[in-house]
Parts: sequence; C-alpha cells; structure tokens
Amino acid sequence: MANRIAPRISGSVRLCKALLLAAALIGAAAEAQEAPRRVVSINLCTDQLAMMLAAPGQLHSVSFVALDRRASSMADAAQDYVINHGRAEEIYLMQPDLVLAGRYTARASVEALENLGIPVATFDIVTSMAGVRRAVLEMGEALGRQAAARDMVADFDSRLAALQAEVTRRPRAALYHANGFTSGRASLAHEILTAAGFENIAITAGYETGGKLPLEILALAAPEAIITGQPYPGTSRAERIMDHPVIEALRRGAQGAAVTDADWVCGTPHVLRAIEGLAPLRRALEATR
Amino acid sequence: MSRLMPLLTLGVAALFLASLLIGPAPVGVLDSLSALILDDGTPMTLVMREIRLPRALLAVIVGASLGMAGAAMQGYLRNPLAEPGLIGVSASAALGAVIALQTGLAAAFTLALPLTALGTALLGVLLLLALAGPRGASLTLILAGIAISALAGALLSLVLNLSPNPFATSEIVFWMMGSLADRSMTHVWLALPLSVLGWLMLATLGRGLDALTLGEDAAQALGIRLTRLRLTLVIATASVVGAATAVAGAIGFVGLVVPHILRPLVGARPSRLLFASALGGAVLVLAADIAVRLILPDRDLKLGVVMALIGAPLFLHLIYKTRKEFA
Repeated sequence: MANRIAPRISGSVRLCKALLLAAALIGAAAEAQEAPRRVVSINLCTDQLAMMLAAPGQLHSVSFVALDRRASSMADAAQDYVINHGRAEEIYLMQPDLVLAGRYTARASVEALENLGIPVATFDIVTSMAGVRRAVLEMGEALGRQAAARDMVADFDSRLAALQAEVTRRPRAALYHANGFTSGRASLAHEILTAAGFENIAITAGYETGGKLPLEILALAAPEAIITGQPYPGTSRAERIMDHPVIEALRRGAQGAAVTDADWVCGTPHVLRAIEGLAPLRRALEATR
Repeated sequence: MSRLMPLLTLGVAALFLASLLIGPAPVGVLDSLSALILDDGTPMTLVMREIRLPRALLAVIVGASLGMAGAAMQGYLRNPLAEPGLIGVSASAALGAVIALQTGLAAAFTLALPLTALGTALLGVLLLLALAGPRGASLTLILAGIAISALAGALLSLVLNLSPNPFATSEIVFWMMGSLADRSMTHVWLALPLSVLGWLMLATLGRGLDALTLGEDAAQALGIRLTRLRLTLVIATASVVGAATAVAGAIGFVGLVVPHILRPLVGARPSRLLFASALGGAVLVLAADIAVRLILPDRDLKLGVVMALIGAPLFLHLIYKTRKEFA
C-alpha cells in the first residue's frame, strides 16, 4: 500500500524512505509468519535439536523416546515438555503450526497430518559431522531461529577443531553392536570414532558399509580397543553376543574398551561429548606404542 | 548292516572336521588345526577354540540327542510320526529356556537354563502322552502335537514380547527355528551334563523297545516293566530335548528324518536304531549346519529352515502312507 501512494507525495528521497519503511514492514510480517509458535516434534533427533534451538514457549511437545536415558542425551530437559507418541490423532489435537519429523518416522502418521493441512518439516538422518552442521542450520530455519543456529554451528566448529587437534597415531578400534553389527563409512558412529582419532577396523577388514561382522573376522583383526553398545534390561541373544568369550578375550587383550551411549545416537552437537568421552582411551593407547 | 555303524562314525568324524575348517575367516587347513591343538597365542587359537570347536561339538550333541529321542519315541509309540519337534516337546523346551533367560533364573545358577527347559519339556511329553495314550494313534498324536506346539509357541512369543529388551521379540525366530551361530564353550558345558544323562537313560531302553514290537502283553510276558520303561523314556527325552533346545533353539525334523532313513538298514530293530539314529542325527545336523554357512554366510540362516526343507516333504510322504489310519 505505502509504496503505491509514496511516489505521488513527492521527491526521490521521500520515495526511498517510504520504500525502505515498507520493506521493513513486509519483512517483519514475513518473519512473524515464518516463525511457528506451537511446534510438536515426533522424532528423537528432531526433539533434541528443537529443544536446543527453540525460543522459550515455542516447542510444545516432544516424543516419548526423548525421555529414555539410553537413547536420549536430553532426557532431563524433555521432562519439561508435553510428551507425544507420534500418533496422527494425538498430534492433530495439539493444534501445532509445525510438526518436526525424521525421514523415516512413521510415514503413515506424517502423511495423515499433511492431509489434515498441518505443515511437516522432515529431517534427514545425520551420518557425518557436516551433516550435524546442516541439521542445526535446517532446524534454525524451520523454527525461525537462524541466528541461534549460526551461533551453535560456530561453537560446534571450534569445539570439534579443538578435539581433533593432536593425533600422533590412530589406534585401531572395533565398533561391535547387538547382533554382531558394526558401523562402516556413512554412519555417525564411524565419524565419531574417526573424529576421536581412531581407525575403524570395519574398513580395513573389508566391511566398508558396516553390517554383520563375523566374530571370527573380529577376533583375527585383534583391535586395540573394542567399543560395544549399552545393553538393555532383560536378555536377548542379540546382546549376549557382546559377552561371548571371544569378545571378553579381546577386551582383556585389547588395552581399552568403551561403551556407546545416548550421545552416539543422534546427529546433534552432543556428538562432541561422545568424541570427548573417547579421548582418554585414545591418549592411553597412543602412549602404549 | 554290520558296516553301518563304522560308516556313520566315519561320517560324523569327516563332517566334524569339515565343520572346524569352514568359516568366514580364510585360514589354511594346517594352520587352523595347529591353532586348535597348540595354543600359539595368536587370535586364530581363539577362533578355533571359542567359535568353531563349540559350534561343531554342539552340532554333534544336538544331532545325537534329537536323533536318539526320535528313535526312542517312535519305538515306544510304534508310530513313525513321533518326533520331538512335531509333537511339541521342542517348543515346550524352548518356552522353558526363554522363561529361564528372561526371568534372570539362567543368570542365577549355572544349570538353570537347561533344567528349566527340561522341566517344561517334561510337561510337554506328559501332556502329549496323556492326550495320545500309550498306543499313540497317528491322528491323536499329531493333533495333540499341534495343540502343544501352538500353546508353547504362543507363550514363548508372549514372554519375549513382554521383555524390556527391544531385541527379544525378533528372537522368536531363533527359538522356533534354531541356530548354532556364535555359540561358545559355555553352551557346550551347559548342554553336556543333561545330554549325557539322557543318552545313558535312552541306551537302557533298547531291550524294552525291542520287546514292545511284539505288543504290550508279549513285552510284559518277557519281563519288561512298562511303567518303568515309560518313566525312563519320558525323563530321558525331556533331558536330551531340553538340553539341546536350551542352547540351540527348537530344531525340527531331525528325529523324523534320521530314524526313517536308518530303520530299514538296521532290520527295523529299535535297539539298534537307537544308536544308529544318534550317529545319524549328528551327521545330519553337522551337514545342515555346514550348509547354512555355505548358502548364506552372512545371514545366519536358521538350521530349522534347512531341516524343514528336508523333513517336511518326508513328513508329507509319511502322512500319505499312514492315511488309511486317519480314514
């Protein structure tokens, strides 16, 4: 409106002023429209990114998995939010103006929400350190918190650089999870291990993409450190394999062992804590040879 | 006929050796055998002693147990369809094993796992004999077996679904199909005591089972105490099937296929069939376990799948042959 009447008033200076004012008004309106005010997250990893970046009161609800200490780095923080179970009906009744979902979270629920006219922002699975930066910036964009996201990325970059500083020798480590699975390239666990200054034996043993690493191959590779998953309560054959006599012998023979925890699960700046957690082990191994 | 036992023994020895030499780690024959015998401090010794040796030993123990149990049950019920897997004893044993593992009983004391499996297997056998009666007509036997298997299978799934462990549910397949992948010497020591006890008890049944081929009255006239025979059979079957299932899951059809193939070769005498089936069962399970490693090396193909592919057609054939009895 303003810019249509402005030329008639007079002079180019006034015109410019009016245009600037108009632009500012439109811009502010756009920003207000952009930033959602009631956000619901239904995926563990978007839960955590949103909790880190959202303005006070902006994030309404996170998924129930965010409360699970085994998987979530922010279980305490999650207690301050309404908990959802990712079901379309439940989410719709919360009347969100934005839903945050992972690429592979309950497709049926996400489609149902989209059909009901609720905007859904979908986040890819993060498999690298560059992916962590990307995810933070994307979340900043989705929540209208670009500045906070940029600050977080800058902080992440400097802390990561500090952690990677000095490595004289890369000790060979094995990642060994339930069912005998290991992680290869293009996985967050591999990136954490590499960033912490280890060499992943899955790559040297020919398991580039990860997958099931036979116990025999693991035994012959004789890793210097063995990093296993954290067992759940109750028993399962899948996890008992981490107590196999071969693994126990490797733990004794290897100079170090570590356990993965919630910080290994999601591509958020908390991966830095996982990298930091491995540092004492690497320093001890570096000193041995 | 007299050459059958040495031949079977040779088969067990050859397949045992092959089982020791086959694995994902590419190591030469002489290297792996010397690593097995001499502890040279290399990781290869670990591989041979803690991965391949227990796997081969368990194949022999499980195979012998299931083959012998099948032969004994068939001799007692005088019915070629009586097999631990088909009549629900294996599923009952698996239920006990799962209960022992999920309640933490198995961690509480050493032999709790096989003993609980024995306990539920015993319940399964007793229920079956109560339903099918001492003569074990095919129809009742199979129906009772289906009912017991279904009940035990459902309870097993329930226990695993209730487990707080997210991996437990996917292991229903292991318990229903069986596998020897990634077992250790611990499992050998768990299964061995009860298996040996069961084998010894089954071995004493030979004379009684031979006499029983003449009918119950004739057997009694020959001085066979049927109640005692029955009791020994029930406890021995539950021991061997319980011990085998507790460490390897429910592997079906071994006790059906092996006695069926060997019966004509031993002149249909139950006492001789008992020992031949023990060796034959070991041969079959060793061969099947080598097959799963060769067919899909990275996938842990379940032993039960291979056994069902071999056994189910034979089962159909046997039903076809005994269909007059059903009519």
